[in-house]
Amino acid sequence: MSAAEMAPLRVTVNGKHFDGSVESRTLLVDFLREHLQLTGTHIGCDTSYCGACTVLLNGATVKSCTVFAVQAHDGEILTVEGLAKDSKLSPIQEAFASCHGLQCGYCTPGFLLSTYFLLSKNPSPSDKEIRKGIAGNTCRCTGYQNIFKAIRTASESAARGRV
Amino acid sequence: MLEQLGEEAKPLAGGQSLIPLMKMRLSRPTALVDLNFIPDLNRVERQNGHLTIGALARHADLEHSPDAAKIPIVHDCAAGIADAQVRNRGTLAGSLAEADPTGDWAPVLLCLDTEVVTAGQRSPRTIQLPHFFKDAYTTELAHDELIREVRVKVPGKNSGGAYVAFKRCAPVYASASAAVQITLGDKDLCKSARVFLGCVGLMPVHAAAAEHELAGKTISTKSITAAAEAAMAAAEPASDMRGSADYKKILIKNLTRRAIEAAVRRARGEKVEVSHEYVGR
Repeated sequence: MSAAEMAPLRVTVNGKHFDGSVESRTLLVDFLREHLQLTGTHIGCDTSYCGACTVLLNGATVKSCTVFAVQAHDGEILTVEGLAKDSKLSPIQEAFASCHGLQCGYCTPGFLLSTYFLLSKNPSPSDKEIRKGIAGNTCRCTGYQNIFKAIRTASESAARGRV
Repeated sequence: MLEQLGEEAKPLAGGQSLIPLMKMRLSRPTALVDLNFIPDLNRVERQNGHLTIGALARHADLEHSPDAAKIPIVHDCAAGIADAQVRNRGTLAGSLAEADPTGDWAPVLLCLDTEVVTAGQRSPRTIQLPHFFKDAYTTELAHDELIREVRVKVPGKNSGGAYVAFKRCAPVYASASAAVQITLGDKDLCKSARVFLGCVGLMPVHAAAAEHELAGKTISTKSITAAAEAAMAAAEPASDMRGSADYKKILIKNLTRRAIEAAVRRARGEKVEVSHEYVGR
């Protein structure tokens, strides 16, 4: 296959429409970072393990290093840049900040979106459900305790209807 | 389309195995045909005593399906595969078609009466799952043939199953796994048993000797222990980064015992929670 085989791509990212084309081999994470300059989505392992590249595709979390950009055609994507509204952090972001749910911050965008997905589906998760919900995200700084506390704190807001 | 593109083209379903394999250059398809835009292939529904699983049904669709929950061994498997992100994307049919020896679905579905329905240029075929797997990473499917759906017979009332897999952490493949389906008669008499082991051979290992220790006998600590020992003897694991062969054999004994215990309790009508085991779960 020629390297530059282009394919059409029409997609909505954080409410903004993109209508253009990409190389069909482009991964979703590279499209977000290199084409849209949305560099909040990180590439950690690039092997579908660490979850730093987690975004929502049509309402469900995916590891964007393991999806081709063209597979999102006609779809809706939410990245970490889409969480804050009117320059105000979302309740999940507030909770991660107040509970020190991050140190270096590299994994944080992925954790925020996994938390968003978890709490949108289940605003009052049990401890076990929280652990299961973030099992696909790796953090090498915090030891997870403060991330867990942040998700618990965010769930109090989610239970009142604000994710 | 696959026929036109030639032998080196591949269909793409969830992509959770194929895309990582392509990144490692272990798979180098010349073209991919994305199946994800085909409508109505993601259904999970009960029809005439069968659970019908469409080619694009994700692990998460099965995890949350009330129909799939009626077959607890299927729910155990779906709910524990990898992590939420992979379950949102990966498909059961893709997992069967890949036939990875460490895949979760094959041992589970071999414990049930499962058939694979194909689609392609030639006329559709219905293949019983035991005949579907030919070798590691090799199935009955022709190059231009796809799985259309997978049909699982819903077990009867006195039947219970469980799947227990051990993995080092959530996103990785299991180190070893055991799937068990047991049908009970009166007073805990085991009418029939099926035991399949994962990750300890090039294909799922059918532990017939373990079944023999259970079938026709009353369930007891003694029969369960004998079956677990027989499963351990049937396992042929290889040493790798997931553990030594000896370690995996011991895992198999304990996972089989736990799977039998959970299967028996479910066959009695009790609710039991079991799933993949990993640190921090």
